[in-house]
Amino acid sequence: MNKLLLGRYIPGDSVVHRLDSRTKLISAVCFIVIIFLANHWQSFLLLWTFTFLTLYLTGIPLNIYIRGVKPFIWLILFAVLMQILFTGGGEIFFQWGPVTISELGMINGLNAFFRFTLIIFISTVVTLTTKPVELTDAIYFLVKPLKVFRLPVEEISIMLTIALRFIPNLFEETRKIIDAQKARGTEFGKGSVFQQMKTLVPVFLPLFVNSLNRAEDLANAMEARGFRPDMKRSSFRQFHWKWQDSFTIGILVLLTASIILIGLYE
Amino acid sequence: MVTDIKFINVSVDYRTGPLHSKNVLDNISLHIKPGTFTAVVGHTGAGKSSLLKTMNGLVIPKKGMVKIGDYSISNQPNQSLKNIRKRVGMVFQFPESQIFAETVEKDICFGPLNFGISPREAKEIARRVIKNVGLEPSCLHKSPFSLSGGEKRRVAIAGILAMNPEVLVLDEPGAGLDPAGKKEILSLLEKWNKKYRMTTIMVTHEMDDVARYADDVIVMEKGKIVFHGDVTSFFSDVERIKSWKLDLPETLKFQLELEQQTGIRLPEKCLTPEKLANALIEVGLV
Repeated sequence: MNKLLLGRYIPGDSVVHRLDSRTKLISAVCFIVIIFLANHWQSFLLLWTFTFLTLYLTGIPLNIYIRGVKPFIWLILFAVLMQILFTGGGEIFFQWGPVTISELGMINGLNAFFRFTLIIFISTVVTLTTKPVELTDAIYFLVKPLKVFRLPVEEISIMLTIALRFIPNLFEETRKIIDAQKARGTEFGKGSVFQQMKTLVPVFLPLFVNSLNRAEDLANAMEARGFRPDMKRSSFRQFHWKWQDSFTIGILVLLTASIILIGLYE
Repeated sequence: MVTDIKFINVSVDYRTGPLHSKNVLDNISLHIKPGTFTAVVGHTGAGKSSLLKTMNGLVIPKKGMVKIGDYSISNQPNQSLKNIRKRVGMVFQFPESQIFAETVEKDICFGPLNFGISPREAKEIARRVIKNVGLEPSCLHKSPFSLSGGEKRRVAIAGILAMNPEVLVLDEPGAGLDPAGKKEILSLLEKWNKKYRMTTIMVTHEMDDVARYADDVIVMEKGKIVFHGDVTSFFSDVERIKSWKLDLPETLKFQLELEQQTGIRLPEKCLTPEKLANALIEVGLV
């Protein structure tokens, strides 16, 4: 439970921390798109260099990022295995029914591995260096134009903010309840699948009850402080676009162009 | 069965998510005598909760050894903690937030059933402990969520007592309750401690409770134990208590103020209103 890194914020004062949250969000989305355009080793070299440089600039130790990949390792290995076993093409090393291990399969497998880890690294950078509220501000900013289509953008944004805001609380509380039930003799992760599922009831039930209670408290507190869903709201946090932001966007434009050019000429 | 607790050079690290706090307990050695009522005081983050969790095997020491009676916990894989957890009943802060079953009876039976007691026996235990915490047996078939805050907390504590522990550790058992509810719970704790000689360790911020209920006091600061002794010697040095940035019990505050304003010295440090009244009569002030 404690291993999941996505959605956590580690306070800091690095260049990456200080970037505008919109820049980070746009860059991350753009980066993920170009990851899928890349299919040459030169492109991946470029992407890895960029990623490691970013990781270094955040000032957060590398092993924390590697820990972020760990929970997904089975998913990644599964995808890699599928690529290796079921893609044909190029020189074929081994064949048995539909299973072929070929040169192209190996390359595709490696590419899949790179893509997954790069995506996880970059999205972890964004969540680790950006306060969740700033992230929702950025999301709000970017989807604001959709208001034209009568999308309740403000409501969605406040819901996102609240949901993100309470993730740490939920984690903390889950841990507390797990501890409390352990103290009452529950042994987690032992016995058959059915038995293990049964041990989760005493964890999730109180968690739901407490969350519902808290939701009601929160709704009352918000109403008491004058919150109305359909009112125009001003924002406490303001965006400040700095030259570093323009610089980052510039780098990403260059990166995208290089990846496309490598794709065209290789 | 009266059980003591020993910490031998125990150090503990703590990990929450990506953050790693080193030495929340820093080389602690400690002996809690069997059958005593010990209060643990100190500031937030001093390591009080970690101390309690270590006693229950919820936190495993990085170095050193914890001994609960004849059983021990140390940094090794595959040790059975079940024996420890059965003997050390742990009541968390706001224990009512862990209640999950649809009836009070089922919730109380949860612990005993986990420790392999037959359902029939568990129900008998439930009927016994519900009276022990001062609730009516008719409560057993109610939904725990229909009870009041104080009642819920008593149900949660009953769930721990049902495991028949030899040691009871509690993290602020009175927090968030009204004065009457709090007093009732603490009096119950005191009663079990005296009647069954159940070794009791309680984290608290209320010096009045320390003065009234505890035999011994442990003061923690930054993961270390800076004081461990009986209540009288704890309260004997007011300056020292202030240096730990801890509060004084109301009666003691009154006594000090009185002594300062009148210049009359009372014969001893009075920790309870009864003692204070007696002392005042003795020196002829009333």
